[in-house]
Amino acid sequence: MTPLRVETPASKAPPSGTPSSGPRPGATARAPLASALAPRARGRVLRDHAARVVMWAAFALALAPLVWILWTVVSKGSHLLLESQWWTHSQRGITSRREGGGAVHAIQGTLIQGAATAAIAVPVAVLTAVYLVEYGRGKLARVVSFMVDILTGIPSIVAALFVYAIWVTTFGFQRVGFAVVLSLVLLMVPTVVRSTEEMLKLVPNELREASYALGVPKWKTIVKVVLPTAFSGIVTGVLLGLARVMGETAPLLILGPYTKSIATDLFAGYMPTLPTMINQDRNELAQSAAADRVWAAALTLILLVLLLNLAGRLVARFGSVKK
Amino acid sequence: MKAQRAGLLAGVAMIGSLALAACGSDDNTGSADGAPAGSSSPSSTCPTGTLNAEGSSAQKNAIEEAIASFQDTCSGATVNYNPTGSGAGIKQFLAGQVDFAGSDSALRTTPKDGAVEAQQAQQYCGSPAWNLPMVTGPIAISYNLKGVDKLVLTPEVIANIFNGKVTTWNDPSIAKVNAGVTLPSEPIKVFFRSDESGTTENFTKYLNAAAPKAWTAQPGKGWTGKGEGKEKSSGVAGAVKDTEGGITYAEWSYAKDNKLGIAQVDNGAGPVALSGESVGKAVAAAKQDGQGNDLRLKLDYATKEAGAYPVLLVTYEVVCSHGKDPAKTALTKAFLEHFASAQTQKSLEDIGYAPLPDEVRTKVAAAIAALT
Amino acid sequence: MSRLPAAASAATDAPSAPAPSLSGDRAGTGRYGDRVFRGLAGGSGILVVALVTLVGVFLLWQAVPALARDEASFLTSREWSVSGAHPRFGILELLWTTVTASVIAMAIALPVGVCVALFITQYAPRWLAKPAAGLVDLLAAVPSIIYGLWGVTAFRPAEQPLEDLLADKLGWFPLFSRTGISGGTIFFIGIVLAIMVLPIVTALSREVFAQTPRAHVEGALALGATHWEMIRTTVLPFGRPGVISAAMLALGRALGETIAVTFIVSTLAPGSQWSWSLFNGGETFASRIANNAAEFDSPQKTGAFISAGLVLFVLTFVVNAVARVVIERRKAFSE
Repeated sequence: MTPLRVETPASKAPPSGTPSSGPRPGATARAPLASALAPRARGRVLRDHAARVVMWAAFALALAPLVWILWTVVSKGSHLLLESQWWTHSQRGITSRREGGGAVHAIQGTLIQGAATAAIAVPVAVLTAVYLVEYGRGKLARVVSFMVDILTGIPSIVAALFVYAIWVTTFGFQRVGFAVVLSLVLLMVPTVVRSTEEMLKLVPNELREASYALGVPKWKTIVKVVLPTAFSGIVTGVLLGLARVMGETAPLLILGPYTKSIATDLFAGYMPTLPTMINQDRNELAQSAAADRVWAAALTLILLVLLLNLAGRLVARFGSVKK
Repeated sequence: MKAQRAGLLAGVAMIGSLALAACGSDDNTGSADGAPAGSSSPSSTCPTGTLNAEGSSAQKNAIEEAIASFQDTCSGATVNYNPTGSGAGIKQFLAGQVDFAGSDSALRTTPKDGAVEAQQAQQYCGSPAWNLPMVTGPIAISYNLKGVDKLVLTPEVIANIFNGKVTTWNDPSIAKVNAGVTLPSEPIKVFFRSDESGTTENFTKYLNAAAPKAWTAQPGKGWTGKGEGKEKSSGVAGAVKDTEGGITYAEWSYAKDNKLGIAQVDNGAGPVALSGESVGKAVAAAKQDGQGNDLRLKLDYATKEAGAYPVLLVTYEVVCSHGKDPAKTALTKAFLEHFASAQTQKSLEDIGYAPLPDEVRTKVAAAIAALT
Repeated sequence: MSRLPAAASAATDAPSAPAPSLSGDRAGTGRYGDRVFRGLAGGSGILVVALVTLVGVFLLWQAVPALARDEASFLTSREWSVSGAHPRFGILELLWTTVTASVIAMAIALPVGVCVALFITQYAPRWLAKPAAGLVDLLAAVPSIIYGLWGVTAFRPAEQPLEDLLADKLGWFPLFSRTGISGGTIFFIGIVLAIMVLPIVTALSREVFAQTPRAHVEGALALGATHWEMIRTTVLPFGRPGVISAAMLALGRALGETIAVTFIVSTLAPGSQWSWSLFNGGETFASRIANNAAEFDSPQKTGAFISAGLVLFVLTFVVNAVARVVIERRKAFSE
């Protein structure tokens, strides 16, 4: 598998170089092509048109739920976001029947937990990716790569149960923000490993070779040449991974009790987050005050995730891998 | 040089969240910004700190109200209540995760799965754990049936509906107790709580006590009848709202908020509508069952007292009689005192609960005072 | 850069396999900094391995005692009573619901996702392609709790007529027979899951489609193929392994989705009749665990739920392993 890691840049290279290197699916596809070009022109043109229509329709079909969801959330939640206290006040003392209060406590909690998750997950993930791409060979690399895939597939609820068993059952600690962070790390690591791996593979080998030729040690080459070259891609991957864990709810149900007051300590007390805020108020959807807050918190969460995605895209644009 | 960029990015993120942290405010008392909560004069009995509690979702709205008013008077105190369920509350209490638990049933004194809750609690506390009844709430048999505003059900009929023996609304057994009401031939759609819940336990206890022949299954937190399961009270109430012919059991407030029909219950002394008064009567008839300050209430589900609504649940706060941390104990005492005060109890009536009868309330207050 | 045939290097495995760096380079040996850095990188890799192993061991350790006490057949029983002296529980119903809902999701998301990917890479005008890709990715950015909320409050009423229609016209077929369930059917969950995994399918397929060698494309067009024929003969065969692995990743996500399903699902009463109908209710592994997580009050009960989690873990493990094999094969093909 190791040599294959080189392939991605190669297949991105101009196609002129590729046909020489062994069989490709495209090559074998040329045989059916002959039969596909049988002279039934009218049918062919029709089919071509039909395909075009189907593609456009599929795209419209995919957009429909997106537009619908966004419309639902925006129409029901936007008016609270326009009130300044949404951004400055917590929910302390606000019962589900009362209007008012804000989401600042939950926004802070989400941001803090996201930042802490990234602080732990990113080094581990980036180093793992470095290992896989730059050092990895042999059995261990195979195992690591496979385990990363398994980690990708671990359902969030299982990750949360695991952390609960360790944190609370085994060590007897309190449920605090940090326990949530640990479970989120489990979910974030594989996504970041995968995206970083792709980015490192895109770094042209000539750069590494040039660096070695100058007598730079391998680790310095990685730190000073490879990682900086892939920097923007890595950041994009990190932000996308972060976006995913910030919207994660299942671990919070088990590990992160909600509080309506501002709480910014990761290691003591409960920490409110937007998903838990939604989860608490959604049980009172029949009350308009609570329902409004649910949708407003949902919109806030989407906006946060969106901002992160935008940031990721900006970084990608301004610092794409230089060749 | 690029590494600096990463540092910069992290720095910006940090500063961003810190800035947000700096400008957030916990003061929602409605006064203009900056004005200290002057109306509330923190008395000497106002401890500061944070109290965490978890448990029954049936008492969520009540305790939320009590917390709001408590924090208005004691702005230095924070009380968190997470309505994750009675079982979760007791579990977290025993694991030392919360300061007190809210539960729809008192700690078990009989073994289940090899453990006795009351003993476990005593072991954890190092002193007996007390069950303090704090909120009584009726369970509304809620239905959605167009054109039927008044529906009377007897325990047998309720049991037969919920165990799937009566399947249409115009079944003779329903018609018999609803003379003069035109019942549609609509099929009955039963919704139950898919999560384990104290509401289910109390409801099945009622069925088991009031209609022992029709409802033979052991009462428990998991549902044993028929129907379609939905998550939490909001789930079942919402489903009935969306389903013509639906029926479920849920706390009164959920039935009211979803504007569902609420059946009158005829335990044998004529139909009784659900109201604060009729619930109060049933609670007053409850017997105390426990020693000293461990106040368990024994409800008489099969009561034939006229005008008493019998489908009830009592939720308890489970506390250590001798707290582990004096500061927390002081806070717990202050909060529970506030919760059990006549004024707070009275305010719960508007949101679908019944106040504790005075006789019970004074005992609860005495028990709270005895917490050390 | 080394261009050894991959098959050969895979056969001889590690030592001769050239790393992306110079094979046999000495840049990375001996020096202190190198050893430290290599150790750090390798350590992170080992940490990941350790974590996954720990999760697996933890699941087994919690599940085995409960499984040993199970008095019903774990794999074929439909019962689920996990407390008391005589626990009887099995996963048949959970397995059926989880797999069926995920299959429905894939049956919808796969063709639509591939078509959208084709649209973005092959059909969309240049000005539209990028924003279109961004929009579909946006679907991936919507947190799953919001899908749950939206599904219950907004989407369900609109989807009901479709189910009614199917039940009316095809009700004779067991899969579409009517049931007493009024909302949160397996079918409905499948559709919501399809929407949730669509962006995964699209994003990955898009990547591989975009990498179709231009020589193939131009060759097909030069031979007089129509646009669609070109896609059918070059883009699709080239992208097939990529699409399959995308589908597997999406399937893994669908199998494990928790919170949205928990919101939506209608559970069945214990002892209710078995039905093949897609319009029946049911619980998936993840939703049953999430729904009951609050009441795990004894080790035996916890163990029973964890063993359900274990099956889910194995299921996603298998799906991922298949995806890995497919990706490997594709890589072996590609050069």
